Amino acid sequence: MSEPPATDRERWLDDRRNVKKVVRTLFAVCAVVALADLFPYKEHLHFGFEYWPGFYSIFGFVACVALVLAATQLRKVLKRDEDYYD
Amino acid sequence: MIELLPPGAILILGGLLAALLPSRLRPWAGVVLPVLGFAHLLTLDKGFVQTVVVFGQQLTPVRVDGLSLTFGYVFFIAAILGGVYGLQVRDGVQVVAAQTYVGSAIGAIFAGDLVTLFIYWELTAVTSVFLVWAGRTARSARAGMRYLIIQVGSGVVLLAGVILHFVDTGSLDFVRLIGADGRIAAASVGVILVFIAFGIKCAFPLLHNWLQDAYPESTPTGTVYLSIFTTKLAVYALARGFPGTGVLIVIGAVMTVFPIFFAVIENDLRRVLTYSLNNQLGFMVVGIGIGTELAINGAAAYAFANIIFEGLLFMAMGAVLLRTGTCLGSELGGLYKTMPWTAALCIVGAASISAFPFLSGFVTKPLILDETAAGHHVVIWLMLLFASAGVFHHSGIKIPYFAFFAHDSGKRVKEAPWNMLLAMAVMAVMCIGIGVAPEVLYRVLPYPMEYHAYTTTHVVTQYQLLLFSALAFTFLQLTGLYPPELRSTNLDFDWTYRRLLPAVVRGVARGGRVVVEAFALPVRGLLDRVHRLVFHLHGPEGVFARTWTTGAIAFWAVIVLAASLLLYLVDR
Repeated sequence: MSEPPATDRERWLDDRRNVKKVVRTLFAVCAVVALADLFPYKEHLHFGFEYWPGFYSIFGFVACVALVLAATQLRKVLKRDEDYYD
Repeated sequence: MIELLPPGAILILGGLLAALLPSRLRPWAGVVLPVLGFAHLLTLDKGFVQTVVVFGQQLTPVRVDGLSLTFGYVFFIAAILGGVYGLQVRDGVQVVAAQTYVGSAIGAIFAGDLVTLFIYWELTAVTSVFLVWAGRTARSARAGMRYLIIQVGSGVVLLAGVILHFVDTGSLDFVRLIGADGRIAAASVGVILVFIAFGIKCAFPLLHNWLQDAYPESTPTGTVYLSIFTTKLAVYALARGFPGTGVLIVIGAVMTVFPIFFAVIENDLRRVLTYSLNNQLGFMVVGIGIGTELAINGAAAYAFANIIFEGLLFMAMGAVLLRTGTCLGSELGGLYKTMPWTAALCIVGAASISAFPFLSGFVTKPLILDETAAGHHVVIWLMLLFASAGVFHHSGIKIPYFAFFAHDSGKRVKEAPWNMLLAMAVMAVMCIGIGVAPEVLYRVLPYPMEYHAYTTTHVVTQYQLLLFSALAFTFLQLTGLYPPELRSTNLDFDWTYRRLLPAVVRGVARGGRVVVEAFALPVRGLLDRVHRLVFHLHGPEGVFARTWTTGAIAFWAVIVLAASLLLYLVDR
């Protein structure tokens, strides 16, 4: 991997502190949309479980963690060299 | 005179003539021809039908109705933008192949009978393979051959199905083929074969691997074209012939789920997008399986929206490939520093495919999910919801993150050329436009409908689903649990015909030789008997000396062709 050129301009995201800010903002926004479930805004949904507070938040989080952990296990079985078929 | 031309003809004929243009002018054919073709389509009214009589059989080369128009419009829009995107291409083969391929796909959309459909179906196969080969690598040559075999195979199965269907019913009309009960098991053999042919092109599970195998081996522009037309033609064909076929609900749901696992561990970002495409097709297939007017509208609307945002993603990755020479996630990162526009436009596409509110995915996908829920398919609905979160994960986050951010690869390449940026920008504007004003899209759908995507419930729950998926990604990154991008090949179903089947055939051949050598003498006696049998069948009085009907001969020729195609595949 080549090193960035010395003349490279410093970007906002190059500063670790700013990356942390982005992550913290995400945490904050997640908290806000999750807390929306404290209010009875849901209507016209099809299934009873959709009305459970936090259903969509928890589903999204668990689904993605499960997806990645399962895919990691899958890789152990399926991974071959880059030129396996050549 | 001009109205007598079928809608794809301008592209097919013009594409062939484009070969004669000087190389600097040639790529402009990719813009001018679809613009002319689109203008021609706009002169055709809904309900327009053109029939001809060939060998005493009435065919319908052109039929314009709601369903064909939805796909026709978006095919032309995508063709024009694909042409703009490819303006820097100097390779004449790509221009000619792309135009004839797009023309064939559009011709197929407007085909009113199964014979015309078959002809265009095969034309899309033999024209598009040149786009795969345009990669001009040893890999693309082999992948192209496998692709061609499978695509032509789909056509052969289609032809066999059409012949049997014609013998059964005497009809060649391309209308609803499945019975009113929607049970594929109750359908005739001919209809089942047509279903399988459509399924191959639509990349049904286990029939899907040609997609991931061939598409990423093409050129930046070639892959954009490929990603749009073949699979969506198959979606159209299913929507026309098999609406409400129950098994499609299950097939589609499996299609939405299984590719996302592969997408997470795949390193080639364009291949990640082919898995994503496979997953997206699943949503459309579920909609067709449910088969209500709203669900068919959902499938068509999602196909429309998907062509735009998935095209945009393939374009962004194509621009990355053009500038850096690679699309491997392990070799990329930090490109936003010098390709900010490509990065920004890619993010719009990524957010659209993830169905963020105010973008095109948000106003189209829920049509399918709502109809799934209305049909009380709880498990299917949960699978689709899981797949929706997964889409955001691999297309929404992984693609832009590993290409443009992640660890800095140190690559400082130029921004994409102006024409690529222009094509991507128009697509991004369309993603936003459809998201903000969905009625414009709803109006060109096959059935009239009233639908309100922007309810508080829908917007908030969608943000919850997506933002918490993003949170999961962040959590996995921060804890180091996220699998790194590695240079590797991941086995998929194509392993069975690229490795397993050839090995089995070699084994059988070796075993056969041993057996023959051991039993040489008795075998010779057997051969004598076979010879007598052959004479008995083929001799002057033999059963094969009788006259066959043309239909029977054609049918068996198709079967033999299909078998030889399969054998050839084993050899690849």
